[in-house]
Amino acid sequence: MTTKSIAAQPADRSIRMSPHKFIRSLPRMFIMLILTAVAVVSLFPLYWLFVTALTPASSTVQLPPQLIPKNPTLENISEIIRISGTGELNVFNTGWIIRMPRLLLWFINTTWITLFSTAFHVLFDAMAGYAFAKRSFPGSRVLFYMVVAALMIPGQVTLVPLYLMITRMGLTNTFTGVILPGLADVIGIFLLKQFMQTLPSELIEAARVDGASEWTIFTRIIMPLSAPALAVTAIFAFQRYWNSFLWPLIVLQSPDLFTLQVGLSYIHTSEFGTNYGLLMAGAALAAVPMIIFFFTFQKYFMQGLRIGAIKG
Amino acid sequence: MTTASSRIRPPLSQRLIRGWHKHKWSYFFIFPSMLLFFTFTAYPVGRAFLLAFQKVDLRGSEWAGLANFRDIFASQLFWASMQHTFIYAGCVVSAWLITSLLVAALIQPLPNKIQSLFRGAFYLPNVISIVVISLVWIWIFEPQFGFFNFLLGLLGQEPVRWLQNPRIALWSIVLSTILIVPGSGVVIYSAAIGSIPRDYYEAAEVEGANGLQKLIYITIPLLNPTTLYLMVIYTIAGFQIFERVYIMTGGGPINRTTTIVQLIYQTAFSDFNFGRASAQGLILFAIVAAFSFIQFRVLSSDIEY
Repeated sequence: MTTKSIAAQPADRSIRMSPHKFIRSLPRMFIMLILTAVAVVSLFPLYWLFVTALTPASSTVQLPPQLIPKNPTLENISEIIRISGTGELNVFNTGWIIRMPRLLLWFINTTWITLFSTAFHVLFDAMAGYAFAKRSFPGSRVLFYMVVAALMIPGQVTLVPLYLMITRMGLTNTFTGVILPGLADVIGIFLLKQFMQTLPSELIEAARVDGASEWTIFTRIIMPLSAPALAVTAIFAFQRYWNSFLWPLIVLQSPDLFTLQVGLSYIHTSEFGTNYGLLMAGAALAAVPMIIFFFTFQKYFMQGLRIGAIKG
Repeated sequence: MTTASSRIRPPLSQRLIRGWHKHKWSYFFIFPSMLLFFTFTAYPVGRAFLLAFQKVDLRGSEWAGLANFRDIFASQLFWASMQHTFIYAGCVVSAWLITSLLVAALIQPLPNKIQSLFRGAFYLPNVISIVVISLVWIWIFEPQFGFFNFLLGLLGQEPVRWLQNPRIALWSIVLSTILIVPGSGVVIYSAAIGSIPRDYYEAAEVEGANGLQKLIYITIPLLNPTTLYLMVIYTIAGFQIFERVYIMTGGGPINRTTTIVQLIYQTAFSDFNFGRASAQGLILFAIVAAFSFIQFRVLSSDIEY
């Protein structure tokens, strides 16, 4: 109760209510100054990424470095797109070929893999979370304990068996080979089960009495009421799939099928790997979507972390 | 189950059919994710245990007993990679816990709007892929035109070969990790500090406690569950370090930055020794599990009041 009443008070009061005398005694400006300095250090690599990407190649290799680009230019970006080579996009494996720069191709591949994986990840985890939370059935407890136990196993344990399995199934160098094992992540089931347990069971009963089918109950009642938890699951899944590196690196072999992360590491080991203007331009292109994504869904990132901390 | 009741109950086949009708929707909801889970998690985990005791390459496999483990424990590179991983994880976990606690404590007294601005600023670099971040660090560490050696130059220092000097490279990777404040720690600590009841501090003030005493005797003990949670997830993440090493040094120079996962990757996908790589994976699993267990035991003993 106390916490709530304090949180509801105007911001200025919270200064006086601050627990630590030594913090309270420091002027607010001083705290802000320290925090800003730490934030500047923390954000510097990101800043340097964009500055270098926008600095003309000739000015990158000169001292002193330009902290603010004097003549910002997009030449690195157009150059890295040109240098990445031309690749072929085989649209949905139909044989309809579109030729385009590889960097753009990697962008499309990553987007496609990420969106597809995230959508199915959220749907399947929501279905399982609902079954575990609201429907007791023979085997539900055993299955749920297995899911929780699997949370503790590092991904590297299954790396080799998965690779052998994917090879035997003939799925190396395919998107299916990248996507399928990635969908087996169980953290979402756990989080969604915890959330859905808090929904009132009377709603489900009432809908059942009214003659709603089980699928309708799931899509029309459970899903909408779980929207915040679904959003949190989706944004973390999106981030994980977009940034995923080791598994796509192992599965994908032809450069036309690479994701952005694998493609960047490929450019890094190529002859252009020490042309930092170009390299940063490519890295910036991979980073921008995540930055936009973060600012769009910042609220859910913060919420999700707190849910994870409380449940964990 | 007594004989009397089982005589009244219908035969098994009927019960199964009835049970199926009652629960078929539950199994329908559970089916896709459980199919994926058993195919791509449970089965591979079991397979990893078998592979660890086999000689496996691309042609086939044969039983090898403990040979893989014997080879691993006899290998210098394995012990070196263990050492590198422990140094990395130890430094990173302690630095991350301290910086995120301090940043969260400093953010707390600020007005809400400024708080969320700072939380956003500290979280932002954490959404970017490690591949991108590592590429930027290679550029910052670049010996001739890199930003760090430029700063050293301003201070009149000799340039450092951050990632090329075998004695420094591991520390450079540690530095690159801890200089970015972990946004998750800041957000989680800051939520936890905000939920500590103010009465505790008021009571302590009545007893005449000063600010430092309140921090040590109230704030930090009450944050123990949060610290435990963060310590466990950061330790797991620390032991699994791979992408930074793979991108920034590839394990070099002269294997001085090879970590366990980097070693697993090399064993499996450069040497194609899948049995040994599986055994290495199990060793990593055992270490991570042991550490999580110890941390839970040590810290959770303080959690009950």
